[in-house]
Amino acid sequence: MDKRVVITGMGIYSCIGENKEQVLRSLYEGRSGIGIDPKRKEFGYRSMLTGLLRLPELKGRLDRRQRLCLSEQGQYAYVATEEALLQAGMDRDYLASHETGILFGNDSCAEATVIGVDIIREKRNTAMVGSGNIFQSMNSTVTMNLSTIFNLRGINFTVSGACASGAHAIGIAFLLIKQGLQERVICGGAEEVNLYSVGNFDALSAFSMREDAPEKASRPFDKHRDGLVPSGGAATVILESYESAVARGAEILGEVIGYGFSSNGEHISVPNVVGPAASLRRAIENAGVSVNEIGYVNAHATSTPVGDLNEAKAIAEVFGSSRPYVASTKSFTGHEMWMAGASEVVYSMLMMRNGFIAPNLNFEEPDEASALLNIPSRRVDAGFDMFLSNSFGFGGTNSTLIVKEFKG
Amino acid sequence: MTKEEIITKVNQVLAEEFELDQALFLPDALLKETLGMDSLDLVDVVVLIDQNFGVTLNGSDFIEVKTFADFYQLLDTKING
Repeated sequence: MDKRVVITGMGIYSCIGENKEQVLRSLYEGRSGIGIDPKRKEFGYRSMLTGLLRLPELKGRLDRRQRLCLSEQGQYAYVATEEALLQAGMDRDYLASHETGILFGNDSCAEATVIGVDIIREKRNTAMVGSGNIFQSMNSTVTMNLSTIFNLRGINFTVSGACASGAHAIGIAFLLIKQGLQERVICGGAEEVNLYSVGNFDALSAFSMREDAPEKASRPFDKHRDGLVPSGGAATVILESYESAVARGAEILGEVIGYGFSSNGEHISVPNVVGPAASLRRAIENAGVSVNEIGYVNAHATSTPVGDLNEAKAIAEVFGSSRPYVASTKSFTGHEMWMAGASEVVYSMLMMRNGFIAPNLNFEEPDEASALLNIPSRRVDAGFDMFLSNSFGFGGTNSTLIVKEFKG
Repeated sequence: MTKEEIITKVNQVLAEEFELDQALFLPDALLKETLGMDSLDLVDVVVLIDQNFGVTLNGSDFIEVKTFADFYQLLDTKING
């Protein structure tokens, strides 16, 4: 018999806050985390726009070996995971004696790779790269590091599904727990934010050029959007079987009830409508709910012309006459890429638990497709008890999660 | 660079890297045990020595190194011949 899958901990480290409390305030007050990094222009970027966040101070929290092996996104993921475990009430002793897995979304390790290769090229001696670089530059950097730091003994691997990575990680963890193969899984997504991380993405002219008004640059669904703003950080969600949570006496924050996925099977970067719509339908069917029960859709919408257009069409097609609030928190954060699917579950959970819907910032004029949706340009001070979160990525990978308030 | 200068500098470098008190670095103390070194840390010591003394060690150089005194002697030989 399928197990119920609940959320018992969340952590976040993003450009709109370094913990849940700060992020909640930003969402409530409509504070954007986007700015400019002049170094990007000097380096050759077309756009200087980026989510702005600082590296956490980990000296004193992690030993030398642990710090040496942690990539930038691994540092964010460590902080977010500490916060999530604290909320879940899982300390090191508990993790050491209760099999717990880890699945994180990550799809690049550009900075560590570039730095390591540059050293070898210059020194002509691989030893000069030091011992930590290999553990920072593998795609599984987050899961390999966190599993050793937290002594995890369950499932342990990284999900690389482009900008849907974080959502797929949660989706797979959901399935594993539902089937009884794992009792608890630490899952999430992480994304590096450095000079080397997205230069080749900037090359595709995919980024907004509104450098004179950074907070206005990310404008999902708005008719005058001109591209996404790259961003990152990390988000952690602790998924657990209902039985495990109850046995521990843990506070249950929400319940994951559906996971949908699909592949467009067409263009490598241009999304379509059919693929996302299939992912939405599969998640709704998997959850066993009707579209009328979903009060809020956290859209993937990144502020690109074609992506937002086709997602709006897919949402309108699937939801029909039911018109839930639809908003993209990327209007606050920019596109957190590998992290986005996990962070947007955290953002949506914070809103659901605090009875409001953050506005879709900068939504001033709809286009033909977004006009079909119920997109709030101001904060909605009304609660909802079920949400759907979309994450789509290059290669046409699509992911949809459905989460509801826990009602016993 | 005199051997005393080498000892002073390498103790500073190791103390900073391994986040330990230099008072632990006695000539007869065991190097790997005192620093808590494993095979990965050996790679980092090679990098540190290259960066700070301009000489490149390799794994086989450490075969005879047991104590700090052995390590100081190795460096003196590599640096001063």
